[in-house]
Amino acid sequence: MQAEMNAPEVTLNSLDTLWFQVGGTVCNLACTHCFVSCSPTNHTHEMISLAEVSRYLDEAARLGVREYYFTGGEPFLNPEMEAILEATLAVGPANVLTNGLLLDPGRCARLKALADASDYSLDLRVSMDGYDAASNDPIRGAGTFERILEGIRNLVGAGLNPVITVTEVCREAATDSGKAKFFELLRSMGIERPRLKVLPVFQIGAEAERGGAYESWQRLREGEVPEGGLDHLQCSGCRMVTDQGVWVCPILVNEPSGKMGESLADSLGAFPLDHPACWTCHVFGVSCRT
Amino acid sequence: MSYRPPKDLDEQERQAREKLTAHRGMATWGEKLVPLGDFRKAAAETGLRLSPEERAAALSSYTAGLGDPTPVEGPYSRIAVFGGIYNNHLALAELLEDATRRGAEAIYCLGDLGGFGPSPEKVPPLLLQGGVLAIQGNYEESLASGREDCNCGYTDPRDNHFAEISYRYTERHCSPGFKAWMGTLPRRRRVRVGRRELLLVHGSPRRVNEFLFQSTSPVPFLEVLLDQNECDGILCTHTGLQWHRRLPSGRDVVNVGVIGRPANDGNTHVWYALLEAREDGLAVELVPLAYDHPGLAAEMRREGLPEEFVETILTGWWTTCLEILPARERAASRF
Repeated sequence: MQAEMNAPEVTLNSLDTLWFQVGGTVCNLACTHCFVSCSPTNHTHEMISLAEVSRYLDEAARLGVREYYFTGGEPFLNPEMEAILEATLAVGPANVLTNGLLLDPGRCARLKALADASDYSLDLRVSMDGYDAASNDPIRGAGTFERILEGIRNLVGAGLNPVITVTEVCREAATDSGKAKFFELLRSMGIERPRLKVLPVFQIGAEAERGGAYESWQRLREGEVPEGGLDHLQCSGCRMVTDQGVWVCPILVNEPSGKMGESLADSLGAFPLDHPACWTCHVFGVSCRT
Repeated sequence: MSYRPPKDLDEQERQAREKLTAHRGMATWGEKLVPLGDFRKAAAETGLRLSPEERAAALSSYTAGLGDPTPVEGPYSRIAVFGGIYNNHLALAELLEDATRRGAEAIYCLGDLGGFGPSPEKVPPLLLQGGVLAIQGNYEESLASGREDCNCGYTDPRDNHFAEISYRYTERHCSPGFKAWMGTLPRRRRVRVGRRELLLVHGSPRRVNEFLFQSTSPVPFLEVLLDQNECDGILCTHTGLQWHRRLPSGRDVVNVGVIGRPANDGNTHVWYALLEAREDGLAVELVPLAYDHPGLAAEMRREGLPEEFVETILTGWWTTCLEILPARERAASRF
């Protein structure tokens, strides 16, 4: 039996990427693989207001943050989301991770106007879990495939080219032939230059029930730090703001131990990679960035 | 990772509906559902809560200068700076003439001598003849160290396919002497123009292959980068697209673009930068440079380089390596 060993610590090289759990854990879907178990009734984290986001944007500017990411839950359930994006795009590039269900033509037009008015890039990332209803809907909910496509069509119609994000719950997404099916679908919708991001699965939250939880060996232990260091881990360059403070990364928001402080200045220190999800990031080189 | 076989659809639907309401009054804590209050109490008790003085100290130590022993060259009153030759010896010859005609006292190259274009060995004599002062790009780092790829960091298989063709060609056609010389180039230079001290790097001061695009390099980020590197300006390349930002602090960041291929805007000319000392600081000019691009295209075809590359030279639109472009730069792109 292996003796209990401490987890290695990751230092923050530079705070480049600041995440906002802007939709809290509230979502209009309850996907079976959601690693934060978001649902209409999950208020583990509440939405963040424009005033609160602005306070963090000010602090972030002093630290020279390079880019901002918004997730949830579903960001567009937040009634202030467009105002939050406007405030953000005044100081840096923004990425929104959305399920695509609330992207009506009016909103898409307003998002395009926000993007055009800024010096900085706005990227929309729409999640799907299959290239047809038969593969997507069991994960994301009945009827969602068609509604996601409608959201994507509305974005494209407004002149925005979203990044389609697929998790490896869709096993084919990890293969070239599987990716080709997504590209084919997107091209058939009139997207000349489809953009696709494939993410591995975190075996936590709802996904632990669906696909199985981590086993005890799936942990990072002292001495397992590669020679190149831990710079490949996104926690060496990011932090996550929720309504309850600053967390180390977007993955560990359902672990109180992932919380680092009340302000960004509180959260610049090292973090022990003590969670099995840290093992996934390490082994698969995960970055939630676009 | 192992997955359990998927359950049947009805069972999944039932579970999904259950999940919609499972959280009433509860929070997810790792694998467990706990009363909301328990989670919030634990979260409130975790992490640091520094005093206002401690926070101010943490912020200023984060942005403090990192110290850089690189010797300072100059001072000059006017310099020319360019990047990304990509074997385009015809544009390089044109640049040397143009910069000299415009009174540049020194000419700096920010790296990426090879890739994309034809006949790498035509580049070093021109650099020597023009007295060009160079730094290493990721291409030089890779070639000098015998790396298998250009380390551009693409993930799209199509981009990687063309990046590989381009790297292999340059790798095969560079003499060992040229490669060894690349390895002797410094990774950064500091140059004084008038009273301004400028830091010259390939990608960014932090990483040789970090992309500084205009739409993803916000003002606060650049101000902190300048603070940490204790300079009045940063000159970089690597993205292939030129831009200049005068910051609220009065300092400058200039991506000088590349002379190896056009800037993905439908024009066939390429770009470099002229910097001139002024009473009140620095004048930055991004200079378009026309050259014999049909001649280059013909030579690329003779060398058997991909028609996709030739098309870029002839049309001014990129056909490969588009994956790296952020949304804004990509929206302006044809492909």
